[in-house]
Amino acid sequence: MIIRKRLAVAVCGALLVTVTGGLLPSAAFADSGDTADRPAAKEPPRVELVLDVSGSMRARDIDGQSRMSAAKQAFNEVLDAVPEDVRLGIRTLGADYPGKDRKEGCKDTKQLYPVGELDRTEAKTAVATLVPTGWTPIGPALLGAADDLEGGNATRRIVLITDGEDTCAPLDPCEVAREIAAKGVDITIDTLGLVPSAKMRAQLMCIAEATGGTYTSVQHKEELSDRVSQLVERAAEPVVTPVATQGGERCDDAPRLKAGLYADRETFGQHRWYRVDLLPGQELRASVSIAADRPVNRDYGVLLRASTLAGREIVRGEAAGDGRTDVVSTGLRYPKSEADGTDNDTDAADDADGAGDTDVTRTGDGRPAETVCLRVSNSFSAPASVKTAPGLPLELTIDITGGPRDAGDAAFLGLGHGWWLLGLLTLAGFAAGALWGWISRWRIAVWRTN
Amino acid sequence: MRTVRMFTAGLLSAAALFMLPFPVAAADSPSPSASAEEETAAPTEAGTSFRTATVVRPGQQATAQASTGDYLYWQFPADAGQQATVRATVKLPRSEARHGTHTWRLDVYDGLRRRQACRYGSDVRPAPADASSVELSCALRTVRAWSEPWADDPLPGAYYVRLTVVAAPAEDLGEPVDTTVQVTAADSGGESAVDGRLAAPLVPATGRQVEPDGGWSSGWWSSRIVWTACGAVLAALAGIGGYRLTRGNGRPAHVPPGA
Repeated sequence: MIIRKRLAVAVCGALLVTVTGGLLPSAAFADSGDTADRPAAKEPPRVELVLDVSGSMRARDIDGQSRMSAAKQAFNEVLDAVPEDVRLGIRTLGADYPGKDRKEGCKDTKQLYPVGELDRTEAKTAVATLVPTGWTPIGPALLGAADDLEGGNATRRIVLITDGEDTCAPLDPCEVAREIAAKGVDITIDTLGLVPSAKMRAQLMCIAEATGGTYTSVQHKEELSDRVSQLVERAAEPVVTPVATQGGERCDDAPRLKAGLYADRETFGQHRWYRVDLLPGQELRASVSIAADRPVNRDYGVLLRASTLAGREIVRGEAAGDGRTDVVSTGLRYPKSEADGTDNDTDAADDADGAGDTDVTRTGDGRPAETVCLRVSNSFSAPASVKTAPGLPLELTIDITGGPRDAGDAAFLGLGHGWWLLGLLTLAGFAAGALWGWISRWRIAVWRTN
Repeated sequence: MRTVRMFTAGLLSAAALFMLPFPVAAADSPSPSASAEEETAAPTEAGTSFRTATVVRPGQQATAQASTGDYLYWQFPADAGQQATVRATVKLPRSEARHGTHTWRLDVYDGLRRRQACRYGSDVRPAPADASSVELSCALRTVRAWSEPWADDPLPGAYYVRLTVVAAPAEDLGEPVDTTVQVTAADSGGESAVDGRLAAPLVPATGRQVEPDGGWSSGWWSSRIVWTACGAVLAALAGIGGYRLTRGNGRPAHVPPGA
């Protein structure tokens, strides 16, 4: 009996070793993403601080100091803390023209320190010379700053520090900001308002919103330097810059996209088409975000739809929302099965196309890639007073990974879980054993009788 | 009598055995506090978009200073079988700087930027003008190893947290706030296993790379193996017991011993 008991324990022990042996961290998911050629070396991020030096900066209402001296102190602290790899420039507005002529006053913006490697002493000296003087031409200053940051694939950020709303009326700085954002990819404007009024707050928030930036109201000196330092450091964070693309009106004239990050614009109610080639055994993962960069109506949505060339819908991602938001986003995934050729309507469409696509990608054994049409549409709407051009910023992420070919999962095939399973197995085992015992007993009895 | 004793012993040893593997299995899953240095490296900044979302590991306490009205983004890895809970605390601007109720909202998106439902928790909460802080939480559904492309089940990969104020008086926007976000992940083991897995977790190749401590699970280990194996052992023991019970010592009852 003791031997048997030991045997049972040994069996269970062996089992334990076997199962825990399986616990060793095994190979993680194979990362088989064949991402398209990413920009090899990214340029260092470029930041321009735009400082208001208009006459109103003389007001002494920041911790008992004048706004100007608070700004100067903050700049000194920020310049000391700028990360090494950030190319920083400084631009002023309203620093030179003290006169009453609005036309002249509205041209008054100049680069105080060029965007480039930072010489802290030189930059500080330049800031120290500033005297509150003129008008507040925010729009022209933003245009100038955008020009200063022009070129390259760097992350670009403008930090605007001002204490009053724009005084150069026909040129709306908010429209300017939206145009700047639409012209260049990946440019952000953050705004800081010193002791803000309601009108100025609305304007600065509009500028920030138009470019995906942030707005901060500043009442105290430390708040100013902390926030500007934070924004400059944020620019230094490595991030992938999207590639500008323009979606087609139909799938046939849509751009062919590889894996990567893309930026586009889509106005209210517009449809944008893109094409992606997918080999059998690959999985397409697409996500789209549409930013609400201007005032929009309360309810909105976005639809991302993957279809075949013939128009059959494969899968869709949809999202709807309401209220205040920066973006509304959705995504989809489409694993293309290894067994190709089941998608008859795709093939038919390919034939109908004629000899249109000559450079069809093929797998090693010659099976063609399927062209997946992606359509992005939105249900944003806006009050009539809101301009619809340029369209809303659209960000499209395309990933192509290894498909479900190695996605088997033998561990759970038919394996059970829970007390009911144990009870049932025990009961069944007992019943089988009892039956077997009864049969052998009966057989012995019969044998003995004979 | 001996039979009964043996049977009990077998049962006990089997039961003890099958209670044993669980702590071991749990050790395999990412533990909240992996090492001291990672604990200290808790992020102090938040991202401002999906692309720039800061990585926060489960168990870490991420903090960020921001302005009311900013959209703050974090991301964390969640693996198959995990039930993640996101908790956020917002320290509001001082009362005299506020002019009404601020409503804060916590949204969670998966690696495909699809919004995820909260099983429970308060993902939207208004903070009256005299409140000093507001707490939000969202308990996510159990992450499945696999699902149909047409379903929106949570899948292993990156999860994005977005924290923002959705309603506040216009004059309060831009005021400084302090935010704290914490993600905890409970492992449900093989209970929620599905027959299948993804070829790769839903982590965008163009974003920041997130991975649980110890990497993504391969999907080959499951507590179901233990359950089923222990079931088999119990069935075998019960079978032996049943056999001995009915077969007796091989002698019909009416035949006297030694006949």
